[in-house]
Amino acid sequence: MKLAFNLNGRPASVSTDDPQMPLLYALRDDLGLHGPLFGCGLGQCGSCTVHLDGKAVRSCSVPVSAAAGKKVVTLEGLGTPARPHPLQQAFIDEQAVQCGYCINGMIMQAAALLQTNRHPTEQQIRAALAENLCRCGTHLRIVRAVKRAGDAMA
Amino acid sequence: MTIRASRCATNESRRGFLKTGGALIVTFAAGGGGKADAQAAPAKTVAVDQVDGFLAIDAKGRVTVYSGKVDLGTGVRTAIAQIAAEELSVPLERVTVIQGDTALTPDQGITFASLSIQNGGMQIRQAAASARDALLSQVATGQGVAKEALTVKDGIVVPKSGGKGWSYAELVGGRDFQLKLDPKAPLKDPKDYTLVGTPVPRLDIPDKVTGRFTYMHDFKRKGMIHARVIRPRAMKATLQAWNDFEARKIPGYIGTIRKGNYLAVLGRSEWAAIKASQAVETTWSDWQGLPDKAKLWDYVRKVKINRDEDLQKIGDSAQAMKTPNAKIVSATYDFAIHTHGSIGPSCAVAEYKDGKLTCWSASQQTHLLRKQLANMLGMQPEDVRGIYIEGSGCYGRNGHEDAAADAALLAKETGLPVRVQWMRQDEHGWDPKGPPTLHDYRAAISDKGIVLGWESEVFVPDRPKDIAVTLLPADLAGMPREDAHPGNIHQSLAIPYTIPNIKATAHWLAETPFRPSWIRTPGRMQNTFANESFVDELAAAVGMDPLDFRLRNLNDPRGVELLQRLAKLANWPSRTGRVQSAGDVVKGRGVSYVKYELVRTYVGVVADVEVDKKTGKVTVKKFYVAHDCGQIINPDGLKNQIEGNVVQTTSRTLLEELRFDRSRVTSVDWVSYPILKFPDVPEVAIDLIDRPTEKPWGAGEPTTAVVPSAIANAIFDATGARLRSVPFTPDKVMAALQKA
Repeated sequence: MKLAFNLNGRPASVSTDDPQMPLLYALRDDLGLHGPLFGCGLGQCGSCTVHLDGKAVRSCSVPVSAAAGKKVVTLEGLGTPARPHPLQQAFIDEQAVQCGYCINGMIMQAAALLQTNRHPTEQQIRAALAENLCRCGTHLRIVRAVKRAGDAMA
Repeated sequence: MTIRASRCATNESRRGFLKTGGALIVTFAAGGGGKADAQAAPAKTVAVDQVDGFLAIDAKGRVTVYSGKVDLGTGVRTAIAQIAAEELSVPLERVTVIQGDTALTPDQGITFASLSIQNGGMQIRQAAASARDALLSQVATGQGVAKEALTVKDGIVVPKSGGKGWSYAELVGGRDFQLKLDPKAPLKDPKDYTLVGTPVPRLDIPDKVTGRFTYMHDFKRKGMIHARVIRPRAMKATLQAWNDFEARKIPGYIGTIRKGNYLAVLGRSEWAAIKASQAVETTWSDWQGLPDKAKLWDYVRKVKINRDEDLQKIGDSAQAMKTPNAKIVSATYDFAIHTHGSIGPSCAVAEYKDGKLTCWSASQQTHLLRKQLANMLGMQPEDVRGIYIEGSGCYGRNGHEDAAADAALLAKETGLPVRVQWMRQDEHGWDPKGPPTLHDYRAAISDKGIVLGWESEVFVPDRPKDIAVTLLPADLAGMPREDAHPGNIHQSLAIPYTIPNIKATAHWLAETPFRPSWIRTPGRMQNTFANESFVDELAAAVGMDPLDFRLRNLNDPRGVELLQRLAKLANWPSRTGRVQSAGDVVKGRGVSYVKYELVRTYVGVVADVEVDKKTGKVTVKKFYVAHDCGQIINPDGLKNQIEGNVVQTTSRTLLEELRFDRSRVTSVDWVSYPILKFPDVPEVAIDLIDRPTEKPWGAGEPTTAVVPSAIANAIFDATGARLRSVPFTPDKVMAALQKA
């Protein structure tokens, strides 16, 4: 079965014999992306977060068939090292990374937040990222980066 | 070994099975993968006493640093580049760091114990200094000028008086140095530093925030197949039967490999392997050999003691305890079993070809891993190449090496490049654990309020002679393997205080319930928790301010300065009793201090906490950290590490505890093993004490050592209750409040 969707602004498709395969494996294994990462496969940690029609979703828990005909945006689609998205730039400016494995999820979740709330308070940022786990303890820098990005986007 | 796949007899040849198995769709190119095999490794010295082991300068003047220490997400790659660029006087952009490749990088020991800069970085600094000095000599001799009249600017040897120079590229570019590392080569004067000591932005961050970074998990080889491991239903259960009838219906399923109690499925795609691993039916023997978790500390106390070791002995503590009219204070502390909990479960790729194995992993110890893989597979270490690729954050010896062994075993069995990705339940359930740690303390206080004697005892699993942790697949498959070493968990039981009679003893135990290994600040965290909690109890017993009590018992100017700066940072008022606050939510502050292993990094912290007396919930509001690790390489990288230490250890202290029944680990996801989330993360204020002319010491661990005790002491300050058992869960807090 062939499934077509828009990926980071371009048409993309994957062939699969199982429409229930999580979108994450299509993105990583079939389409070669490195942004979304496997963390738990249970929707508990957030490291696989992508945007599906503008909403932050856990790609480990969304079947690939649910993406058919929709817009998928991954970390790669937000910006590039040469032209980073304001959030990506803010994460660089705040050096808000340790191992960085969770950072895909932090940025994608924060991007969804900033779409609805340009100037979140620190408390709102903490609440919005509450279900995104970081083990290295980079939380304080991540909060500062999201705040900085909101200011930059104003 | 049995292999089974659709319509495939178990005694068919492996290749035959792989080529003809009915479930197969994929066709296998003979030999599988591409280049970079073990035998294709470039000839390069990896000797630690050779400059060429650590450094190369090419014809364009670009510098390659070969580092045996690896970046586990700590920023070490950037710091090592800074150190090398500084000592060679070349721009940072010209430096590339290769990490943890047994064919290319010297064995600088495991990346652990906060030694990457202190040991690894300093070896590289000395190699760079040796190179620089030799190149200066080369020009001096060639030009007939005094070496002292020359200097280096941007990779060019120039006369100090000005004029034409000779670039590194001209002098050595593309050729070997063929030079012994000179331990006495003169080092650059820190006052001339332009890179070391500055907050150079990390080299890896732009790629990491844009999805361009290649983690271990992203790494692929041509012809690579995917594997998932099926773990025993109970930890030491025996595999009695299995069948893959249902798995054979899954497109892309290749087959299942069994070796003893080791069972793994192979798939053409990752998803096929995952589904097949769930579809294979297994029957395991019953096994219930784990202790009753509710009585874990009784169990630990009953384990046979192999030997006792005095870690510190000053004066005669036994005599001090008998001092007439002395008050004896005693306490027992315990620290739960922890899992590493990397956000990305372990992952590795291996390839076996022509008798050589190449294994890509996120191992903190590629050189040691190479020996372990060779031992497991009956190979020579020279025929194994371990290559490091950065993975998800690693805080010790977690599952990376086991996943590497999974991949190696399966690659050797199939002759194909195999990628093994652990699932979440593998990582939580099967990574080696920080062992349960139990402490007993006693002190004698004179009738004048002077602490006369101190005795501490720790109960921890014994250490084999060689440091290594048993490879899980070798254990399950019954292959040759090493004993599990828990790490140097006796460290930091000795105390820095001037108490006249001290005895600190380790009871080395014959067994521990889970395969032990080191997790960030192994032993030092548990021992410092107990030490600094007990110090706080003694300060309270003699009615002294806990910070003043430490200062009075310190004979170490650097430690005293640190604590004085901490007091200023935290605005700590001297006091003699607990702070008293009304209401259901009460506030308190606690202090803690360590001189790491009594020989290096100094850290002092103050924790501000709130305790909800109705629910028992503890919230850590803020940490103040004074930190002295000598010369600072990168102050922002250092702060990042300190913040990480505080946040991660707050999580470990308040929430984390391995759950298990009599058969297996039951905390196998983030719900059953919760970690701290954003709303509960404390603020962190840091005072870095930079000492550019001193040696740089480690910073990856020391702050962790003081976090649990600072929180415990703050809870006491807030409530009068002593929390002596980590984690400080609401039920334990409520129980302690009732006793207080």
